[in-house]
Amino acid sequence: MQVPAPFEYERATSVDQAIGLLERLGSSARLVAGGHSLLPMMKLRLANFEYLIDINDLHGELGYIRLGADEVRIGAMTRHRELLESDALAQVFPVFRDAEKVIADPIVRNRGTLGGSLCQADPSEDLSAVCTTLDASCVIRGANGERVVSMEEFHVGPYETAVADNEILTEIRIPVKSGKSGSAYAKVERRAGDWAVVSAGAAIWLDDKGHIHDARVGLAAVGPNTTGIPEISAALRGHEPDESLFELAGAIAARSCDPSTDTRGSAEYKRHLADELTRRTLRKAVERARS
Amino acid sequence: MTTVQEPSQVKLTEFEDNDQKPVGFGRMLRKEDARLLRGRGRFVDDVQLPGMLHLAILRSPFAHANIVSIDTSAAEASPGVKAVVTGETLKGLGLAWMPTLSNDVQAVLATDKVRFQGQEVAFVVAEDRYQARDALELIDVEYDVLDPVIDVRRALEPDAPIIRTDLEGKNDNHVFDWETGDEEETNRVFAEADVIVKEDIVYPRVHPAPMETCGSVADFDPVEGKLRLWSTTQAPHAHRTLYAIVAGIPEHKIQVIAPDIGGGFGNKVPIYPGYVHSIVGSIVTGKPVKWMEDRSENLISTGFARDYIMRAEIAATREGKILAIRTNVLADHGAFNGTAAPVKYPAGFFGVFTGSYDLQAAHCKMTAVYTNKAPGGVAYACSFRITEAVYLVERIVDVLAYELQMDPAELRLKNFIQKDQFPYTTKTGWVYDSGDYEPTMRLAMEMAGYDELRKEQAEKRARGELMGIGISFFTEAVGAGPRKDMDILGLGMADGCELRVHPTGKAVVRLSVKTQGQGHETTFAQIIAEELGIPPADIDVVHGDTDNTPFGLGTYGSRSTPVSGAAAALVARKVRDKAKLIASAMLEVSVADIDWVKGSFSVKGDPGKSVTIQDIAMRAHGAGDLPDGMEGGLEAQICYNPSNLTYPHGAYICVVDVDPGTAEVKVRRFIAVDDCGTRINPMIIEGQVHGGLTDGVGMALMEMISFDEDGNCLGASLMDYLIPTALEVPDWETGYTVTPSPHHPIGAKGVGESATVGSPPAIVNAVVDALKPYGIRHADMPLTPSRVWDAMRGQATPPI
Amino acid sequence: MQVTVTVNGVEYTKEIEGRLLLVHFLRDTLGLTGTHWGCDTSNCGTCVVWMDGEPVKSCTVLAAMAGGREVRTVEGLANGAELDPIQEGFRQCHGLQCGFCTPGMLMTCRHLLDKNPDPTEGEIREAISGQICRCTGYSSIVRSVRWAAVHEAEAAETKEEAVAQ
Repeated sequence: MQVPAPFEYERATSVDQAIGLLERLGSSARLVAGGHSLLPMMKLRLANFEYLIDINDLHGELGYIRLGADEVRIGAMTRHRELLESDALAQVFPVFRDAEKVIADPIVRNRGTLGGSLCQADPSEDLSAVCTTLDASCVIRGANGERVVSMEEFHVGPYETAVADNEILTEIRIPVKSGKSGSAYAKVERRAGDWAVVSAGAAIWLDDKGHIHDARVGLAAVGPNTTGIPEISAALRGHEPDESLFELAGAIAARSCDPSTDTRGSAEYKRHLADELTRRTLRKAVERARS
Repeated sequence: MTTVQEPSQVKLTEFEDNDQKPVGFGRMLRKEDARLLRGRGRFVDDVQLPGMLHLAILRSPFAHANIVSIDTSAAEASPGVKAVVTGETLKGLGLAWMPTLSNDVQAVLATDKVRFQGQEVAFVVAEDRYQARDALELIDVEYDVLDPVIDVRRALEPDAPIIRTDLEGKNDNHVFDWETGDEEETNRVFAEADVIVKEDIVYPRVHPAPMETCGSVADFDPVEGKLRLWSTTQAPHAHRTLYAIVAGIPEHKIQVIAPDIGGGFGNKVPIYPGYVHSIVGSIVTGKPVKWMEDRSENLISTGFARDYIMRAEIAATREGKILAIRTNVLADHGAFNGTAAPVKYPAGFFGVFTGSYDLQAAHCKMTAVYTNKAPGGVAYACSFRITEAVYLVERIVDVLAYELQMDPAELRLKNFIQKDQFPYTTKTGWVYDSGDYEPTMRLAMEMAGYDELRKEQAEKRARGELMGIGISFFTEAVGAGPRKDMDILGLGMADGCELRVHPTGKAVVRLSVKTQGQGHETTFAQIIAEELGIPPADIDVVHGDTDNTPFGLGTYGSRSTPVSGAAAALVARKVRDKAKLIASAMLEVSVADIDWVKGSFSVKGDPGKSVTIQDIAMRAHGAGDLPDGMEGGLEAQICYNPSNLTYPHGAYICVVDVDPGTAEVKVRRFIAVDDCGTRINPMIIEGQVHGGLTDGVGMALMEMISFDEDGNCLGASLMDYLIPTALEVPDWETGYTVTPSPHHPIGAKGVGESATVGSPPAIVNAVVDALKPYGIRHADMPLTPSRVWDAMRGQATPPI
Repeated sequence: MQVTVTVNGVEYTKEIEGRLLLVHFLRDTLGLTGTHWGCDTSNCGTCVVWMDGEPVKSCTVLAAMAGGREVRTVEGLANGAELDPIQEGFRQCHGLQCGFCTPGMLMTCRHLLDKNPDPTEGEIREAISGQICRCTGYSSIVRSVRWAAVHEAEAAETKEEAVAQ
């Protein structure tokens, strides 16, 4: 069995202490939460660090789902299983439960965290697509305090984020907009637990007349990072949702993405899925908004 | 020792399920489960010896490259390191190359160049596995990268790079040509046929990937000169002989122990360099040395399976009478010909590609080539290439049904070999021992509700929904084999068995085969129980240790029950015959006047006057008189040489739904009716079938070892090499018919690989059937969503 | 570094390297070889144990991370000679063949039954979907879990009746 190269293990007991350790150790250190992305990479020696800072004890501080009137705040240490099992979250944003059902497997979901998933910044990662769909912002804390960045700013590139070596992602904030809303997530995978061939999230907000007040679509695995598509939002706003509108959105999704051919599928197929899954998730989101 | 050529009798046995411990055949809970359920199994990596060191292997990152230099100095200085060994070191010892099971040679460590990505280049022995792994990073190898041969079609081009420069005079990448059947006659039948259908069919490279990877612990005692080797082997005795040849250690000084094995599926038949490394490591350091490969090593370097590109042609009348099949195969054997098949069968038993049908002619031509990929070729429960053969025939028969616009079940029923034709000699020379195909097929159709399924399909098609029904009917050839025809490196494929009844009537039976999960400790106890009447609980089954078991060729190719099972039945009968003589003396009547019912010998016509096998055992070891001239004790041994293979068959029906928007395939139902002759333990048989069906879903829908153009393996972890989970497979529906083997002492046939052989064509046929509205008649595995979508658009491509 | 882990109710304090994986701590340091491993990438689930009551893949948890926590392995399932109902279910329904994935499967299925004493086939399949069994084809594992569910319910009923009397 593959084993990681030597490193020093540190255990953080608070966010501030973790930041203190990061300040001291710099780029030679890496935070580890669930570890299901980082440790396999270290075992395969694709990543090496001198220090690993275990932040699992911060679950008390950073493991929460707080529903406010205009914002949902989720702590970065909230585990996949908690996101899956939260009825309150599923009520407001069913997209989370849809996605969590198809992320990795139940055992991995016991350990993996929201923050860890986002910080991995894998272009195929599902929660990044969910957060993009919901227009989330990320709270990053360092020695000099907090800063809040949008998902677009958060993802600097594949496997790269705006979180600096001496910072920690602490929270995700998702705006709650007025009116009826619905959201949904769909993923095509070769097998349960596999990374997405393509996945799509959609969120819809309807006004009093049942017209689209706002709509967002986020895609995973079709480009360098999870992709929000503003053109879809623009095309959908103000219209009454119907099948032709979903088709239009699907067509925009297909031409806006930039997939590549790999063992999961051809670029052409992925483009087709971007279209198909955009239509499916919008349809479902509208259905949920209306019910 | 007696070698039995012809089993004396055939017994058809009635059996019924029995949850209580039965004497003999029927459902019985497994003896081996007690330890495995408690975490008290002992697998190779559980072996812990005092002072044991750990070994890690440095592997080539390139598919084809000359080794310019290797610098091991930094690794040697690394903490805990006891030895670093390279090909040069081994060359000095004459151990750099070893024979493969197909009379080729394979590098133990590369000396001249590397020939596939993942090939063994050096190894480190250190105090713990972490230190050994760390030291690998410090070995500096300079490579001169060569053009690799990855596409099998490129291998025989005149300007292709030569892979096997180590073989003197070798100036191409050709391994062998092989042919079977009558070409002229086949061409004649084809020329006169109404209908000829042709299809190129690929069976991609897959991997058995047992959950336990391969590994070994070698412990060489320099004083005794004795080597003890715990290893993940399906064939401990054959391995012992090979180690004697490779390492030059006298065979009686080698003890190979296969402890609990975490699944084999053919992966643990060959001898891998890593096993030899551990032996060398132990000799060099004077300590026990453990090697356990990691999952990537398992997937990139150990025995792959399949990799056949097949052109299939079938000739028939307009009415659907199949006349002939011919095929041309290009076989990728990787960098070394490491095929584990009987020597006279370089293509394994591919010759049974004529399937279950009564043909007028058949012919196959095959060319095997070297490529810069891992060696292997026969693995993954393939029954020596019958997976490929059955896939070929069952796919091309479906293509014919498509062209003739006939129902695929009807076409098969119309062409089956009939019951009264058995024993049936195929046009490629195989003698099918027994079969009764139509009832098996009808039962599967009845269980599936075939007509209703077709109705449902028609309704769904009218609504634009995609539902497919796929059928396959297979005949297997298992139980290698008659030793006059079948040997591995000169070792005849027979199996020994020893049975010893203790004074108190308990018994120990020693086998040459070795379970990797098939339940030998239960099944073989049941065979002895059936023949001798000692309860299975009182019979200890010993296997896997060459010092404590008789010689034999091991467990693979579904051969344990056909060969070793026969040996067990016959050795028990030898003991029974002796027991009968003792009973006659004890009861003071002639042997002819003794009746036997399981466990009890009585006087004919006076059942009250009887002795039990336990009484007899005590007498055999006791102080009382024995019949004149009889030795004491109650034991026997045997070496069983089967007179023929056994030919199990089965009918499989698969129902799939395909999402027209995403092209995802869902296996909704799978009905498997197997006929493996006499059934010893139906619970174990069902388990064997379930596992094989799951393999079939894997191969048909997701599993493939693929390479990029540079020869990088793209399936090098379980993240990339996908194996079905519980969510991809349905609740299996199984049924059975019983057509005993006429030449096996208890009428049993092998079943371990039937489902792996039979299920892939059923699944592919179902998916292709679902896509019928798109005018599709063939698409190659693996049918991933992307590949199904290509097929839906008429752009199906071969995977290689 | 020093780590103190409670495994199957016994507290162990050991000197370890920071990088030591929990599965190796259990197998090599403590000699509890019932827990197996089958891959490098946390895909196969062979190594599942409980940590603080939750099933985790012990190949992807550092031994140091388990410091101060409670770990339960397959060795901690049976009550002396008496098998846990989930073990008995696997025995009765042929839920294992080679037995290599079995310890991980047992730990996951025990946890499932603790959370959901009457799981459906679909819930059982979902629960074990992060674990690969190459032998059984899963149907018999599903049946094993159902066997345990039914028998535990019956046993609980009998116990209740006895208490009532």
